[in-house]
Amino acid sequence: MMLSAVAFYVLSAGAIICALLTITRKSAVVSALMLVLTFCFLAAIYLTLSAQFLAVVQVAVYAGAIMVLVLFVIMLLNLESEEIQLGRNWKGMVSILAALGVLAQILGMIFLTGDRLPKTISPNAAMLGTTEAIGRTLYTGYSFPFEMASLILISAAVGAIILAKKRLT
Amino acid sequence: MAPLSHYLAVSAILFVIGTAGVLFRRNAIIIFMCVELMLNAVNLTLIAFSQFFGDQTGQILVFFVMTVAAAEAAVGLAIVIALFRNKQTVDVAKVNILKW
Repeated sequence: MMLSAVAFYVLSAGAIICALLTITRKSAVVSALMLVLTFCFLAAIYLTLSAQFLAVVQVAVYAGAIMVLVLFVIMLLNLESEEIQLGRNWKGMVSILAALGVLAQILGMIFLTGDRLPKTISPNAAMLGTTEAIGRTLYTGYSFPFEMASLILISAAVGAIILAKKRLT
Repeated sequence: MAPLSHYLAVSAILFVIGTAGVLFRRNAIIIFMCVELMLNAVNLTLIAFSQFFGDQTGQILVFFVMTVAAAEAAVGLAIVIALFRNKQTVDVAKVNILKW
């Protein structure tokens, strides 16, 4: 029990550090690789919640498919590194202040209602997160949304091809 | 086991890091990655609530969020490619044709 708490704090620190590196690095490639690390840390955090299926999907879909697509586009476009003007102009200052304001609000809400939130994981959590359990719920109660998701994916694929293809003049 | 409020706090911090990135970066691809980071922070909230309350619906929702995120990634990156083809840049400060 104690070990899982330590694991959670270590993984959270890793995820937050990698996320900070993602938004502060000049080069887009380094940012993307740091984001891949963030996603892997998040998958491990899902494992501490015993959500096994979603942890694997997180690594396969996010760290795998989506980030490979992003890296592919970055390499395709041959980008120049932007210079970061954080805190040097009013826009950077305002965005930092806005972000900190939002953070203060959310954390305030979480810790003001903290005594009403559960302290321990639900006893049947381990049964809920397996591929079998998720699959059973998905294919019985959520079969129609599941089919709609496939429709969204195919329309997105067609739309992406139409958007990215060269204009045939 | 860490309490639910700590999971929510980590999620909030990640979400705000993503928000800050969207606000102060100018590279369209990095802004796009920050949006993905925000989606992931919300997914963490959903999974944490789902497992602490013993209700599977949150995890089903996360599955659909990931599906939509994959679709959004494909379309968003196609838009970035089209933008670069027309403007030779992905700097959002230089793409201001709709600004008044």
